[in-house]
Amino acid sequence: MIKGIALLLLFQLIGESIVFSSGMPLPGPVVGLVLLFVAMQLCKAMGLGLFSEAETAADGFLANLGLLFVPAGVGIVALWGELQSQAGILLAILVASAILTLAATVWTFIAVQRLVGRE
Amino acid sequence: MKRPAELWVYLSTSPLLWLTLTLFAWLFAVAISTRLKRHPLANPVLISIVLLAGALRLSGEPYEKFFAGAQYIHFLLGPATVAIAVPLFRQWRQVKRALLPMVAALVVGSFTAALSIMLMGAWGGLSRDVLIAFLPKSATAGVAMAISESLGGNPSLTAVLVVLTGIIGALVVTPLMNAMRIRDYAARGFAVGLTSHGIGTARAFDVDQTAGLFAGIAMALNAIATSLVVPLIVRLFL
Repeated sequence: MIKGIALLLLFQLIGESIVFSSGMPLPGPVVGLVLLFVAMQLCKAMGLGLFSEAETAADGFLANLGLLFVPAGVGIVALWGELQSQAGILLAILVASAILTLAATVWTFIAVQRLVGRE
Repeated sequence: MKRPAELWVYLSTSPLLWLTLTLFAWLFAVAISTRLKRHPLANPVLISIVLLAGALRLSGEPYEKFFAGAQYIHFLLGPATVAIAVPLFRQWRQVKRALLPMVAALVVGSFTAALSIMLMGAWGGLSRDVLIAFLPKSATAGVAMAISESLGGNPSLTAVLVVLTGIIGALVVTPLMNAMRIRDYAARGFAVGLTSHGIGTARAFDVDQTAGLFAGIAMALNAIATSLVVPLIVRLFL
């Protein structure tokens, strides 16, 4: 468990360090994600099982992902004074954008799947 | 014997109180959600936020006090983003098989998420700062906040918009997909994971295993895509 968490933090640390020193426009954890994925593929190819504890820790995080959004979400209390006057329009835009994104994504997925399937 | 007010003063100087309350609010919200057979309206993230925001209002404590405790949970967004590599690795075979539909849907979806905000936001008269905080809202919180901050937006505002987007997507996805008569759970899951990151993925897992799997993949891919698309859109339009 501790080894798993340590490995996830290590890859985040490497990711953040690369981003900081190279100035690339990606967030550090995303670079860490890609590096961990590559490292896991390499380990698998070499028949090493270095990441089994990292998998356990990752499962734990992802099973409770919703919890991790709660502290940021409660931030609405602090921003409410600023947002109050625009709350209606902000909410309308969020809802419309979510529906458009859901629809565009699902349509594209299905259309391309059919196209590929027919070949 | 000390008076209750003294206990309150003592507790309010330590992160213990709000950290504990946050965890229990979450456990309570999950219990309610399970009781209501995971009805989309009984979203555990939404319930927890309402409970804790209510407690903050009642106690009159500032958000900073709450966050001093809750930051330990918030910090875990970073390693949780790295953790997405694990489902991506496990399901890589399935990812490769549906690679074309996913890449196409990823490009269309990530641009739709940002461009729709750009257009409606400009029409709604939002300021440049608010627009920047708005644009990455479909990426998972840690990533969206980092993008917003790097472009000069307010990461706290982004965080709130990300969570709201997550909840909205989780609420509308099932009725919307049913109305569109889409029965392919891979496609449905991919759409909600792309739109509503972790909160959408949690919802997808409640509905169907395949949907959850593709939602997780979409969340991972869109974390990367949003980091590339949003700076591009800001450069082009703002």
